[in-house]
Amino acid sequence: MITSLTDAGQTTTGEAILFWILAVVMVLAAGGLLFARKAVHAALSLIVVMIGLAFLYVAQDAPFLGVVQVVVYTGAIMMLFLFVLMLVGVDASDTLTETLRGQRWIAALGGLGLAVVLAGVVGRAHYGPAAGLTNANADSNPVALARLVFGSYAFALEVVGALLITAAIGAIMLTHRRRLTPRVTQRERSAARVLDGTIAGKPAPGVYARHNAMDVPALGPDGRPIDTSVSRVLRVRGQEADAQEYAARIDRVLSGSWATAPASGVEAAEPPELGEAGRVDEAAAAGAKEQS
Amino acid sequence: MTLTHYVVLAAILFSIGATTVLVRRNAIIVFMGVELMLNATNLALVTFSRMHGNLTGQVLAFFVMVVAAAEVVIGLAIIISIFRTRRSASVDDVNLLKS
Repeated sequence: MITSLTDAGQTTTGEAILFWILAVVMVLAAGGLLFARKAVHAALSLIVVMIGLAFLYVAQDAPFLGVVQVVVYTGAIMMLFLFVLMLVGVDASDTLTETLRGQRWIAALGGLGLAVVLAGVVGRAHYGPAAGLTNANADSNPVALARLVFGSYAFALEVVGALLITAAIGAIMLTHRRRLTPRVTQRERSAARVLDGTIAGKPAPGVYARHNAMDVPALGPDGRPIDTSVSRVLRVRGQEADAQEYAARIDRVLSGSWATAPASGVEAAEPPELGEAGRVDEAAAAGAKEQS
Repeated sequence: MTLTHYVVLAAILFSIGATTVLVRRNAIIVFMGVELMLNATNLALVTFSRMHGNLTGQVLAFFVMVVAAAEVVIGLAIIISIFRTRRSASVDDVNLLKS
């Protein structure tokens, strides 16, 4: 058996190989948590650490905990983290301004000191020969664990159940929002839009523009770019195409020199004229049909 | 290889988690550092359970996992409600009580 120990408390060679590979991978991934710029990358490297830990639990005669580690930690907790990351938004990255001067270096030094002290104490302590779990796991690991959890620790299990219920209700309470203002229905929204002067909804990116890519802002009937038509995420990341450049091209088209301009991929069949609202609407319908 | 190696690995992971809590400013990453520390403790508990030939350490690790799940639920709810009022997930912005 791969997990059995020798009399002197030494592990088998197979387990040693598994340990050294996983230890390197896990420490590197934990470093990713420390150094990754984006929160999503940090979450992914933490998932790598947790799966590595599940492997180590199985190798250490704790298959039940290995399964629970995958189901609870990587399956539930890390998915909750990713869910909250998506809720908070991609632009919620680390701030780099230091409110306390030198805090970063002092904290790094403190962490290094903790590592040295802990590893030193653990490495120098004398444990005696390891017993191994072959006897304790005689009826298989889950059965032996169940005897303990539902036997000696039954009261602790009930307290933990009460804690879980309390946590669930607490989370509902914390994220509950009481409605302070009357509910705005679709009818009121539409009335407000009519009063505001914009009857239709916001245009999709690329409408009227010479490209229908996601990052090209839509152009209004007057040829001005509408910045709000580009997704907020692209604007925050600074990946929006330059609106002024496209507006200048449209100006060139409107001034009549469009025929002499070098033909690009999207041909301007007929420059929309400002005076006739009907023709502009026709062009919009054609553009929408092309987009879909 | 002896079982001490596992405990040393747990100590290294624990201190990386502690450094993450101290260094990072994003509240969610700080919280992930706490999770890493809890996981490192679980590894130490499982290893000690194997050293002593006694399953109580694994039972304790199991309870740590359950409490960690409850803790994550509450912590993320707090982070979300702070983000709703302050529009920020940075731990530096939560200084309303200052001065």
